[in-house]
Amino acid sequence: MRPFSYHRPTDLAQAAALLESGDDVAALAGGHTLLPAIKSRLRAPDGLVDLSAIPGLAGIREDGDRLLVGAMTRHADVATSPQVAAHCRALARLAGGIGDPQVRNRGTLGGSIANNDPAADYPAAVLGLAATVHTSQRRIEADDFFQGMFTTALEPGELVTAVAFPRPLAAGYGRFAHPASRYALVGVFVARFAAGVRVAVTGAGAGVFRWMAAENCLSGSFDLGSVAGLVPDEADMNGDIHASAPYRAHLCSVMLGRALADCAASS
Amino acid sequence: MQLNMNLNGEAVTVEVAPEQLLVELLRDDLGLTGTHIGCDTSQCGACNVLLDGEPVKACTLLAVQVEGRALTTIEGLAQGGALHPMQAAFRACHGLQCGFCTPGMVMAGIGIVARHGHDLDEATIVHGLEGNLCRCTGYRNIIKAVAEGARAMAGD
Repeated sequence: MRPFSYHRPTDLAQAAALLESGDDVAALAGGHTLLPAIKSRLRAPDGLVDLSAIPGLAGIREDGDRLLVGAMTRHADVATSPQVAAHCRALARLAGGIGDPQVRNRGTLGGSIANNDPAADYPAAVLGLAATVHTSQRRIEADDFFQGMFTTALEPGELVTAVAFPRPLAAGYGRFAHPASRYALVGVFVARFAAGVRVAVTGAGAGVFRWMAAENCLSGSFDLGSVAGLVPDEADMNGDIHASAPYRAHLCSVMLGRALADCAASS
Repeated sequence: MQLNMNLNGEAVTVEVAPEQLLVELLRDDLGLTGTHIGCDTSQCGACNVLLDGEPVKACTLLAVQVEGRALTTIEGLAQGGALHPMQAAFRACHGLQCGFCTPGMVMAGIGIVARHGHDLDEATIVHGLEGNLCRCTGYRNIIKAVAEGARAMAGD
């Protein structure tokens, strides 16, 4: 790989200063997107700021009626946490389906959402569950955090510190995984709250998005029948060698059904 | 940069470059060539090593990221000339053909036992091997080997 500098700060202020010390200094969490990107020369940072030595960024705890998951918490820890399972089983199951066991032993929640890959799983849960992203500077609602392909509301030097997940009445996730990469060709996360139903879709479009038509139907009647025949607009879908736009639109409907079945199974 | 780690039970201090991958350090500098490079894109699992007892992909870690941690490579599994039970099971069950993927499979198998215990059903093993590719398509015997190795590890 092309040479870069490496830093391992022990607090957020140091990390922020290091991140702003050069034109292209990248934060390193689990590294399971960043390092492959560097290896394949999609990224060529001048420096890396390893967040692993900053205390307090990993761990899971209750915060009032919300579950607070630290940014450096690994997928494996979310997947196997009894606290996560009790709060939202679909979230634990989603984390347990990311990549493979070795990836889950390194990849982190904060890394995933800060990268905002349009086919990543976690953005669907964070947006679907109306979670709040805690950063080194402020709190950002999920609706404002995700801003399209590989783009978020994070400012330069701003780091995700945790995500606060509300407790849904029911939640489910349906994913059609790419058979090689295990990324979502389409993933649909459904969460039911007293105030209504939220439906977040990953993999299908330019970035994670809320499927408002499905939300409106399900908020009226929370069953499969209410969304029968509902298909998103093909114009909003990705089309590539893996799946055409019409096929992805079709998969949205099918994965919505699976997410609803998952809701029923977990409640 | 100076890197301190416990490697296969021994304290090791080595000089590494920031951009050096863990698998490059192991193979090129330390001569531990049992950790293989298959895809080099985080998918095949041939480079799996145990970091504090958990399998990770050595092609997707910088060497500097294992500072202060304990690393076990395939060379570190056998004790006193006796194969680790998971290695012995791969041998007994003929869980390999060409053998290229085997070190990573053994490490993944040990990880499955750590997560799921000693009595493993096939679905658990298959799901647990999702990050390991065998291009000889020897999966049937690999699954048998992990199940057998898991049982044998109960007697450790």
